[in-house]
Amino acid sequence: MTRPLVHVPATARKGAVITIKTLIAHPMETGYRPDENGRLIPRDIIGELVCRYNGKEVFRAELAPAIAANPYVAFTTVATETGTLEFRWTDLTGKHWTHTAPITVVA
Amino acid sequence: MTYARLPALLLALLAVAPAHADPIPPGERLSGAAFMSRETRTMQEDDFANPGMLWVREGEALWAEKAGAAARACADCHGAAEATMKGVAARYPAWESRDGRPVDLLGRINLCRVRHQEAAPLAWESRALLALGTHVAAASRGEAIAPDPDPRLAPHRAEGRALYETRIGQLDLACTQCHDAQWGRRLAGNPIPQAHPTGYPLYRLEWQAVGSRQRRLRNCMTGVRAEPFAYGDPAFIAIELYLMERAAGMTIETPAVRP
Repeated sequence: MTRPLVHVPATARKGAVITIKTLIAHPMETGYRPDENGRLIPRDIIGELVCRYNGKEVFRAELAPAIAANPYVAFTTVATETGTLEFRWTDLTGKHWTHTAPITVVA
Repeated sequence: MTYARLPALLLALLAVAPAHADPIPPGERLSGAAFMSRETRTMQEDDFANPGMLWVREGEALWAEKAGAAARACADCHGAAEATMKGVAARYPAWESRDGRPVDLLGRINLCRVRHQEAAPLAWESRALLALGTHVAAASRGEAIAPDPDPRLAPHRAEGRALYETRIGQLDLACTQCHDAQWGRRLAGNPIPQAHPTGYPLYRLEWQAVGSRQRRLRNCMTGVRAEPFAYGDPAFIAIELYLMERAAGMTIETPAVRP
């Protein structure tokens, strides 16, 4: 069901700084909220987002309970070579979602 | 604004607000987006930062998914929603001749499910119904609101207007007293918008999710400490009919983002 929305420029000049935007549907339940019976709703958050550029890690974020639902993470990297960017979101139980996006680097 | 001052402000509002405020002149009408911070507007305008797009994409997947005893997908009859559903959200609520009553967009999706897909209707405010509704309504983004001209809707629209102008709840306030007479001023630190339903279903930061127009109306009703109507109540459809007429000509923004 969860399909991340990721924006990576299709082409970039070599050495250019590119902005990458990611959005994923997730409740980011803090673990501090009681349900209607007063019991705490178990924590359910994405703990980590990692981005690899042709296999090499270029970005990593640790997410905390205070981050809103459907987390939006934007970051920049340098366009070095043509290839793929691989994104991986992992929740606290180890469940993960992945997305890959191609990029063409021109001289 | 501290909460200690809130009762005083509400009393002041009660004291100054006339029972029947004049409608907002067409040239002075503003979308709720005009009252938002620059950051929230930027979020709405960027499809890769607008979380409502998650629902649009989810709805796109559901649109193509076969459902019910008929094993038929929405797309099997309607094709691509981007093309065939363009302008639909700008026209609804519309007259449903088979049942002889007006229906709103989400109600129409459920009627289609029951009659043509032979599936169980989706629960009001369920994620799947909101996703389908957001996908269909997003096809009208940028279109001008053009209410259904069917004359059979007129009495329902008049009923909606009467409800909009009726004082309700322990605070004894009518919609018109805030949204026609006091728009642009602040209530508990938040700007009072003009209540034009231009972006539904929309992503509300307070909800951290997409919600329907009826959910928003229920919010306002509990805000004035009235008992909200149930989802799908004909009174809600009547109010929606009036609100869409009041916003005729304004631009659909679905999926909008609101604080």
